[in-house]
Order: sequence, then structure tokens, then C-alpha cells
Amino acid sequence: MALSYLRSSSSRSANLLRPLSSAASLRRPISTDTTPITIETSVPFTSHQCEAPSRSVETNPSELLTFFRDMALMRRMEIAADSLYKAKLIRGFCHLYDGQEAVAVGMEAAITKKDCIITAYRDHCTFVGRGGTLLEVFAELMGRQAGCSKGKGGSMHFYKKDSNFYGGHGIVGAQVPLGCGLAFAQKYSKDESVTFALYGDGAANQGQLFEALNISALWDLPAILVCENNHYGMGTAEWRAAKSPAYYKRGDYVPGLKVDGMDALAVKQACKFAKEHALKNGPIILEMDTYRYHGHSMSDPGSTYRTRDEISGIRQERDPIERVRKLVLSHDLATEKELKDIEKEVRKEVDDAIAQAKESPMPEPSELFSNVYAKGLGAESFGADRKEVRATLA
Amino acid sequence: MAAIFQGVGAAATLSSSPSNSFVPKKFLTSPRRSFCVPSSVVVRSDGSVNFDLNSKSRRAQQLVANAVATKADSSAASSSSNPGHELLLFEALREGLEEEMERDPCVCVMGEDVGHYGGSYKVTKDLAKKFGDLRVLDTPIAENSFTGMGIGAAMTGLRPVVEGMNMGFLLLAFNQISNNCGMLHYTSGGQFTIPIVIRGPGGVGRQLGAEHSQRLESYFQSIPGIQMVACSTPYNAKGLMKAAIRSENPVILFEHVLLYNLKERIPDEDYICNLEEAEMVRPGEHVTILTYSRMRYHVMQAAKTLVNKGYDPEVIDIRSLKPFDLYTIGNSVKKTHRVLIVEECMRTGGIGASLTAAITENFNDYLDAPIMCLSSQDVPTPYAGTLEEWTVVQPAQIVTAVEQLCQ
Repeated sequence: MALSYLRSSSSRSANLLRPLSSAASLRRPISTDTTPITIETSVPFTSHQCEAPSRSVETNPSELLTFFRDMALMRRMEIAADSLYKAKLIRGFCHLYDGQEAVAVGMEAAITKKDCIITAYRDHCTFVGRGGTLLEVFAELMGRQAGCSKGKGGSMHFYKKDSNFYGGHGIVGAQVPLGCGLAFAQKYSKDESVTFALYGDGAANQGQLFEALNISALWDLPAILVCENNHYGMGTAEWRAAKSPAYYKRGDYVPGLKVDGMDALAVKQACKFAKEHALKNGPIILEMDTYRYHGHSMSDPGSTYRTRDEISGIRQERDPIERVRKLVLSHDLATEKELKDIEKEVRKEVDDAIAQAKESPMPEPSELFSNVYAKGLGAESFGADRKEVRATLA
Repeated sequence: MAAIFQGVGAAATLSSSPSNSFVPKKFLTSPRRSFCVPSSVVVRSDGSVNFDLNSKSRRAQQLVANAVATKADSSAASSSSNPGHELLLFEALREGLEEEMERDPCVCVMGEDVGHYGGSYKVTKDLAKKFGDLRVLDTPIAENSFTGMGIGAAMTGLRPVVEGMNMGFLLLAFNQISNNCGMLHYTSGGQFTIPIVIRGPGGVGRQLGAEHSQRLESYFQSIPGIQMVACSTPYNAKGLMKAAIRSENPVILFEHVLLYNLKERIPDEDYICNLEEAEMVRPGEHVTILTYSRMRYHVMQAAKTLVNKGYDPEVIDIRSLKPFDLYTIGNSVKKTHRVLIVEECMRTGGIGASLTAAITENFNDYLDAPIMCLSSQDVPTPYAGTLEEWTVVQPAQIVTAVEQLCQ
């Protein structure tokens, strides 16, 4: 069992980027190896009212390569959505998550599908992380029947009930009380799972968030509030919107942790820590320091309130996929070519899904009226003229 | 109004459900927790002649099917064999709530002062002692978030009953009720149902002031995806409470501050009232008076005077504010050809306004006179007693209106 102990900073790993085709004894098969590796996060955790977890994260080659593949898939998916939007196949609002993939991927690595996740409108990648397929994503974005919400929700309303993904919400901050309600239901049924309620730095100033936090702390609910701080609430920088931009401290009596949100391993460690904490001690706030490359949505160029230098600087230094790529290469878990192959594969997968989604038909006209009410459960329900029995309890 | 629209395009919109076959459906979605599956029950409405049930009426083993009181003096005569028991309306609500909480462990109550205090109108008295703090939850004064939390819990399969201490306070939770409660079933493509009940007292009380005398029926009526019912007697209060809790749809149950101490004898056995059905309070021939909640009593008082004057009003308590029971209402209109709506809602954009539109669209041919609608004045409810009296409809005005209609 080999333990390599390397800091994942850019300067050292540059030396190790060389193809290793011949050293058979050092090369391990790519995707199935689960030999543990310990990696230290480059940025320490900052904590509020609690003990920060250790910087050493345990992972393994299989997990790292899964991270790489999943994040590459999410990145490609978002870029493809960008093109589809510009081609007017996606209409309305489209909020893209590229740059923030590490949060979705790291969180999934730390939890199970029994734990609930609820987020706001930047939900495409979180949905995929929870097991949603690319076809469901693109079909929903284009308003087709094969979409996860049958084309009736749109970009901001992705849900996946069987893997406990509760969406997908358009009103800023309204998902946080819902998330605390999910945590309440988990406590009620005593099933030892937690809820991650994600929100942004803009939503962090909503009153209902503090109301819900108060109730969660009072009732000891297993709720983890995760602030995905990408530093801009649409066009307003965080320092212009919040008197105290230290979002992890804003819970006051609720403990908080600030995490480097561009490092999937740090996110994984923090979520693992938070889950243990929430099950014993009630709510905790995680602040993920992350960044979005696109503007707030497709109608926002993203460059009027920040400089292009800032965006490209972050892309060069902190990009989550590049970070994992360097880790993989420095630990000889795969060659440069293999990673490029993965990216090509992912690109093809996305293109295939788009083609399939384009084939899916628009919803039938009768779908306009379906699922407004839940039928057949609760009472006898009749049509407007009461002659026809529409549904009944059995 | 959704009901009217569907009436117009009836053929097209009903294509998603089988038209003539009476398909009993079992309780479909199993919630996450295994102990949360309640036993199946059947609800039937009163089997009146006009009502085509395809002769496959099913009687439940344990339910009394008398959802509609059809006899004129039937406010107490719910069942002839059993003597029943007498209680006040708030006690009836509590009984309904308690029975449902016993029957289904997923039912919980959240609201301000519902637990240890027993409820500001005693509807949840002693429930916390019986069911514990996890099922009867005292919330802080944070309507927006605890309504949101109730909706989130409902998404997983719990059946919360959220109490607004006064319906007016639920304005603070309007976003949660409109966007999340009403719409999530639709925007998720049917994945989530929200079996929540939101209830509370509203209406004009005794000099409570403008902010505590609000009628929110009209504010909520446009929200797609919710059902609204208003109770008026202990019998239908308990029945509607139980039906609302068992319904998979979000239901808003409107109670009235001044009706909590009404006394009535109700059956001992288990019964529920159909959520979409109106109640025939007094059959008649000359004019149809449609009303709900407290105004029912003003109408009945006026009816006494009217009968003495020789009129025969048909009084229907519409109970279901969304969707309207256009079947019962329509049959009545076809019989009497004159409609008077008496409501406590505001004139502008109120329930009466929607009901007028619905009746005009669907039954215009049967009307001999324009529909009259008596509603509260479009003013904030004043504090002074005399002014407050003039804000709401009084029996004398109802008598005058009927006389005018029947000329």
C-alpha cells in the first residue's frame, strides 16, 4: 500500500508531467484501483465556532478519475448548453455552473443518495451529480417530453425524486426553508441522513434564511446550509451587498466552515465533516469559495462588473478540472493521452445526448393541464360539471 | 378560473383521464418511510339522482357517506341511528385533527403557539401532550420560513398541517404558498406531491382592526395547484379538516374567527366531507343564494324573514372555493334562474367576482336576471363597531337584494 504525500500546488506537479508508457510496475489500471492516497488541500479550512477538519484528505485513484470525468462532463454540458442557448434552442433563463463543478462533485463523493440536496436555479450540474442523465438535462432545457420535468419546468426546475434531489428553484432564497423542512422530515423519520441546502452569496442576505436557520438550530435539525460564494450576486459584488461577506460566520450561534470551493477534495472533506456534525449537533454552515466563468445567466455577459483578467486569472490558477488533472498526472494514475481520451469521450456523449434530445417531441397539448393537481388520491374529484368522476381513493 | 376553462374545453382537457370508467386507484406513491402508508378508504358523496356514478358506488367499511346535508333542517340531523355528540366548532376541528394524527403517523402540526399553549383558538389544545413535541411543533414567529419548511417536509411524504395564527399573517408566506406549494407538482413533472394543509382563522371579527380582519381567499384564488375550502359548521369543519389532511393536493382551509364557538351535534362515526362539493343548506324554488363561511348565518337569518314574506330561497354553502362546485351550483341555477352571491370577501377581485364570471360563462342561458353579488366594501376594516358592521353584508341587505332580484 503506497501512500504518496504531495501538495497539489502547480509548481511541483509541473515537473511530473511526462508520459509514463514504459514503467509497467508503476502504472496501475485506471478506473478500478481503490488504493488509498492522502492528499493535502492547498488552502486550509477556516472555522467559526467549531474545530476545522484536517487538511489531509483520503482519496484513491478511482475516485480522482471519477472526479475528472464527472467534472469534464459537467463542463462540456454547460458549454454545450451555452451554444444551444445562442442557437435559440434553449429559451428563457439559463444559469451555467462552469467553474463551480468541484462543489457538486465533491459533495456527492461525501454523501449517499439518501441524503437530500436542494439548490437554487444553477442546478444542471447538481442534477447530473445526483444521477440525472444528459438526455434528461438537454431535453428539459429544450422543453421536450424526455426532460426530467417533462418539459414543463425548464432550466430552473430540475428535480429527481428517487435520488433525493429536490431541485431547482427560481426564487432566490426560497429553497432554504424548503431544505430545512427536508431536514425536519429526516429527523422525524429518524433515518440518519442529512440535507444540504445550497444557496448563493446573493441569497445569503435573505431574511427567510436566518428564520429557517433559527428554527433548525432550535429543533436540532440535520440541515447543512451551503453558501456557494461565487462573489457576485448577478452584477453586484459581495462586498457591495453584504456588510459582512464572511458568510460562514453569519450563522452567529451556528458553526461555520469556509472551504476552497475549487478543490473537489476539500469540498469532499468539508461535506463529510459537516454530515457528521449535523447528525450530532444540528445545523452547520459551509461557505464554498468558488467562481463562475459565465455571467449570472446567458443574458449577462459577465464582464461589465468584473474584468476579463480576473476571470482568466482564476481559470489559470484555480480551475477545478485542471487541479484534478495535475493530481492525476503527478501521481501517475493516467497518461495525458488517456485524460484527453476521456475528454473526447465525454464530448461525444454530450453531442449524442443533444442529438437524442432534439429528437424528443414537444409536450402534448393535454399536458398543459396534467399534474396541476395530484389526481386519484385524497377524495373523489370531479370535472367542472360534476358529471364525470375523475379520480377516487381506492 | 381553472374550473371554467376546463368546462369550456372539456373534451380536450379531459383526455388524460378515462372518461366513463370508474377506475379505482390505489394509493400510488409510497412515501419514503414505510410506516407512513395510511389504509385505503373510499369517499362517496351523497348519491343524488342527477349524479351519475355509473352504478359502481362503493361504500367504505367505516365511513359515513353523508357528505351533504340535504334536508332543510338538517344542520343537526346528520344520522338518524346514532345520537352523536355535541361540540363546538373548534372542538370539531381538533377532533378531526386528532383522529387524523392517530390514524397516520406522518401528520404533524406546525404553527405559532400550537403546542404548549394549546393554540390561540384552542384548536390544538392538549395535542402536544398527547403526540409530543416532534409532532406538534411550536414555531418562532417566522411565517415565511415555517411555511416553507412545511412544504419541504411535505415533498418527502410528511403531511404537515401549518397553522397561521390569523390568515392575514400568511401574506408573509405568500411566496412559499404560491411558488412552491402550488407549483411544485407541476414544475417537477409530477414527481412531488405536496400534501400540506394550511389553515387558520380569517374574516372580520369583533373590532380586531384592519390588519387582523383580512380575507385572503381572493388573494390565493389564482394560485394554480392549490385547493381552497371554507368551513362553516362543526360538521363540515371536522369533515373538511380530515379530507384536507388525506388529500394529496395542498389545501388551504379557511376558518372564521367568529364561528369557533358554534355548537352542533355531529356523528360519532368516522366521516369526511368531499373537498370539491358544495352543501345544500336549504332547498328552494325562487332564488339561489350562494354563500360561504360566516355569511351563511347572515343568509339563513335573512331567509327566515324572506320565508315570512313569501319567498322560497335556495341556500347553498359553496364550501369549495377553488375549484367551484359548478355542478351543484348549475343545477340550482337551472331550477331557480336567479342568483345572489353573499360573501365576506372584498368586492374587487373577490370570490364572488370569480363566481359571477363562472356562472355567467357556463349558465348564462338559464339566468332570468343579472347575478347580484353582495360583498364587503373595498375598505380596510375599521375599528369602530358601527363602521365595521357596515363593512360586511348584513341580513337586511340580503332581504332587500332578494326582493329586488325577484321582481
